[in-house]
Amino acid sequence: MQRRLTGSANDPRIKARYRGEKRFKAYTVTALFVAFAIIIAFFTDIISQGYTAFWRTEVNVTIDYNERAERIGRFALAEDMREIVSRGAVRSIPLDIRNNPELAGTTRQEWVPTYSRIDQYFKGNEELPPEMAAQVEELMEAGVIRTTFNWAFFTAGDSKLPELAGIFSAVVGSIFVLFVTLIFAFPIGVMSAIYLEEFAPDNKLTQLIEVNINNLAAVPSIIFGLLGLAVFINTFGAPRSSALVGGLTLGLMTLPIIIISTRAALRAVPDPIRLGAFAMGCSRWQVVRDHVLPLSLPGILTGTIIGLAQAMGETAPLIIVGMIAYIPEAPGSIFESATVLPAQIFTWASEPRKAFVEKTAAGIIVLLAVLLTLNAAAVFLRRKFERRW
Amino acid sequence: METEVKTKTATGAHTMAQNADGSPMTAEQKQPTVKMSARDLNLWYGDTQALYDINLDCYSREVTALIGPSGCGKSTFLRCLNRMNDLIPQVRLQGDVTLDGEDIYDHSVDVVQLRTFIGMVFQKPNPFPKSIYENIAYAPRLHGTGTSRSELDDLVESSLKRAGLWNEVADRLDTPGTELSGGQQQRLCIARAIAVNPEVILMDEPASALDPLATATVEALIHELKDNYTIVIVTHNLQQAARVAGYTAFFHMGKVVEFNDTDTLFTNPKEQRTEDYITGRFG
Repeated sequence: MQRRLTGSANDPRIKARYRGEKRFKAYTVTALFVAFAIIIAFFTDIISQGYTAFWRTEVNVTIDYNERAERIGRFALAEDMREIVSRGAVRSIPLDIRNNPELAGTTRQEWVPTYSRIDQYFKGNEELPPEMAAQVEELMEAGVIRTTFNWAFFTAGDSKLPELAGIFSAVVGSIFVLFVTLIFAFPIGVMSAIYLEEFAPDNKLTQLIEVNINNLAAVPSIIFGLLGLAVFINTFGAPRSSALVGGLTLGLMTLPIIIISTRAALRAVPDPIRLGAFAMGCSRWQVVRDHVLPLSLPGILTGTIIGLAQAMGETAPLIIVGMIAYIPEAPGSIFESATVLPAQIFTWASEPRKAFVEKTAAGIIVLLAVLLTLNAAAVFLRRKFERRW
Repeated sequence: METEVKTKTATGAHTMAQNADGSPMTAEQKQPTVKMSARDLNLWYGDTQALYDINLDCYSREVTALIGPSGCGKSTFLRCLNRMNDLIPQVRLQGDVTLDGEDIYDHSVDVVQLRTFIGMVFQKPNPFPKSIYENIAYAPRLHGTGTSRSELDDLVESSLKRAGLWNEVADRLDTPGTELSGGQQQRLCIARAIAVNPEVILMDEPASALDPLATATVEALIHELKDNYTIVIVTHNLQQAARVAGYTAFFHMGKVVEFNDTDTLFTNPKEQRTEDYITGRFG
C-alpha cells in the first residue's frame, strides 16, 4: 500500500510553512507579553511610589494654650518639638483658641502630624540632619512618634504643606463636574440618538448629521476646552474655573460618545419587536417607550458610564477653562472655583518637593481605582442584562 | 385535550360571535361576505414595482391563503392590508384597499386605530421580552379596552384559551414569554393579537419557523379562529394552504395569477402557471 499521508512531513515546503507559522505565533505572544509587562511595570511603579502617601507620621505633643500662644502658635509647644511638628498644625493653634475661648490656659495632649521631611525620613525617601535624625529616632522608640493611616489624605483639600495636602476638594470638584456633565449630556445625547435612530428619515441631512457626530467623537479634547472657553465663559459669562463650565465643556466632549453608544444600543433591539408593537396598534413613541428603551437601557447606561469615565480622566480641556486652580477648600456649589482629580495630580506633579511625589502617585492610584470601578460597573451591566436574540 | 380547549374557546368567544355591524351571527349565514378587498393595487419600492394591479377579496370568517414563490409579492400584499408598509421608507402605493367598504388609505384613517381592527402574526415568533401576562395585557391597557386588574385577568385568560395556550401556561403567567417553546411563542403572539379584539388577523408564514408538531397545533388553531375572525395567511407550504384555507390566491411576479376557493385551485387550476407551481415544476 502506498502511504500518501505521512511522507509529506519531510517536504521542505511544508516544513517552511510550519516554521513560518511558529514564528508568527511567537511574534504575537511576544507582543502580548511586552504589553502585559508594560502594564505590570506601570502599576508596580505607581503603587510602590504612592502607597506611602496613605500613611503619615504623627507626634504626640503637649499643647499649652498659654497667652503667648494666642498670637504665635509655636509658643504652645515645648521648644524641642517646635521643629518636629508640622507648621500647619502650629499655625492653627491661635485659631483654635479664638474659636474656643475656654481652651485658654489649659493644656492638652494630642497627636499632630509631623513636619513633612520627618514623615519622608521615616518612609525612607529623604535624609535629615544627623542630630535631628537621632532625635526623631529616639522619639519613635519612646512611642512619641507613630505611623497611622493618613485619613487626612481623603478628608483634606489641597495644601502647600505636603503633610496636610489631600484630595478631598478635588474629589468634590470631580463629582460636581461629572454631575453637570451627566445632567447636560445624558438627556441631550439619548434624545438625539432616539430621534436619529427611531424617528428621522434617512436622507442627506440626517446622513450629514451622522457623519459629523462620528467626527466629533474624534476631535481632540483640547479643542473642546477652547470651545468651552469661548462659548460658556466669554459668551455666556459663566464663572471661570467653576464646575459648571468644566462640566458643560466635558459634556460637549461626552455627547458624541453617548449618542453613538445609544444608537448602537437602540439598533441592537431587533426589528421584529418593533414590528410586533406596531402591529398591536402602538404609536411610534409608544413603541420606543414601552419596548425599545427598556431593552436598550443597559446598553445606553454602559455607554454613558464609559463616556463619564473618559470625561473623568480628562485634564486638557479643564486646564483651558481654568480648573487647574489651587483649591484648598472643597467648593460648595457648581458656581464656585473648583479643580478635579486629574488636574490635582497635574498640580502635584509639577511640585518640586519630594513629599509631593508620593501624593502624585497616590492621586493616580485613587483615580485609577475609581475609573476601574466605573468600567467594571459598565462591564457588569452589560454582562448582566445583555440579551441574545 | 383538544375538545377541552374547544369548549373553553366557545365560552370565551361569545363577544366575537356577531357580524361586523353588531348583529348576532346565525348558523345558516354561510354566504361569504367580503371583509377586505384590494382594487387595482400597485406598489413600488423606490423605482421597483412589487405589486401589479392586485384585485383580491378576503371573505369574512374565512381563511384566505396567499401562495407563490419567494419574492412574488405575497408578503408585501399582506403588509398593505394593515399598512405596515408605511414603516418602510420609499414605498409608494396606488389603488384601494378597503375594510368593510371603508378605504384604509384614506387621509382621515388613523393607522394606529386601523391596526386594532387588523391584527398581525409574524413569521418568526416575536413575543415581547416581558411576562406572558404582560404580553397579552399590554395592548388592551394601551388602548384602554381593559383597565381594571380583573378585566385584564379575564382578557388574558380568554385570549390564551382561544389561542389554545391556557392549559400550558396558566400556572406560570409571570414567566417571560421568550422562555416558551417556538410553537408556544407563536400561539402567544396569536393570543396577543386576539386580545385587541381585531376583526381580521394577518399571518405572515406563521408556521415556517416551527417544527411539524407545533405547526399542526397552530394549524388547528387557525381552523378554530376562522369561526370568529377573517384570516389572511401567507404560506410557502402548499399542503398547509390546502389544509387551512377556504380560499387561495396564487401570486407570481407581483400579480395575482389565480384566485379561487382552495379545492378548485388545487384540483382544477385554470392557469398553466398555477398548475406548474402546485405540481412542483417551479418555485
